[in-house]
Amino acid sequence: MPLNLDAYLGVHQDALKLYARRTSVLANNLANADTPNFKAQDLDFKSLLNGGASGSRQQLSMTQTQAVHLTSGTEVPLTSNSGLKYRVPLAPSLDGNTVDPQLEQAAFADNTVRYQAALTFLSDKFKGLMTAITGQ
Amino acid sequence: MPSFKVFDIAGSGLSAQSVRLNTVASNLANADSVSGDAASVYKARHPVFQAVHAALHAGARAADSASAVRVSQIVQSNAPPVMRHDPGNPLADADGNVYAPNVNVIEEMTDMISASRAYQNDVEVMGTAKDLMLATLKLGQ
Repeated sequence: MPLNLDAYLGVHQDALKLYARRTSVLANNLANADTPNFKAQDLDFKSLLNGGASGSRQQLSMTQTQAVHLTSGTEVPLTSNSGLKYRVPLAPSLDGNTVDPQLEQAAFADNTVRYQAALTFLSDKFKGLMTAITGQ
Repeated sequence: MPSFKVFDIAGSGLSAQSVRLNTVASNLANADSVSGDAASVYKARHPVFQAVHAALHAGARAADSASAVRVSQIVQSNAPPVMRHDPGNPLADADGNVYAPNVNVIEEMTDMISASRAYQNDVEVMGTAKDLMLATLKLGQ
């Protein structure tokens, strides 16, 4: 029976991709902390991960109604632009900017730790695989 | 690779904030540069930030389109210059008045602190992204 590496790595590889994307989104919020009329964004993590991890990868894929339509690759659920939502500002500022630097920093730190956790999980999976292969 | 976008985004933040620090430095350095007439006196400069929503490379998918920040323009303050009676000044006009720039030093100092904090934030983001990528490179070892 061939080993299904996707199934073996489980949710962690999807989570890692999402955390990486969230890093960019939060970095963008921080970079635009002083831009007038910029609206802070974040990923709707739960819905994105559920869409990717429930095994129904077709859920978010595009419907092809014409033969010439481009096919959506297997990466679609996690690389599509969906899930990007605007933050509800706690204290709106005069220039229309909704970035709260403290909140973004906290989210960024949280995201970093989660990314590292996902990395550790993946690393352990690979270590387990290596142990099984070498038998030591 | 999406993670590389973090460096572009944080880098754009760094360059925008350093432009802001430059204008603050320019405004503060010229805060006392008086002039003999109201038209030629130094005017406070401020950068205008703008979010950029653009694909970073051709053929990028929707998800690859990164945002960043850029300085769209640098505007000069319209506030009137400060007129001062100083007949002893060689630059004084016929009435003995000189014109000082419309630089608000307190505003500039707070602007500097804000720019400095934002710059530090971006540096921190860049450092963290670098650490994460290095850790990812070591995955499975």
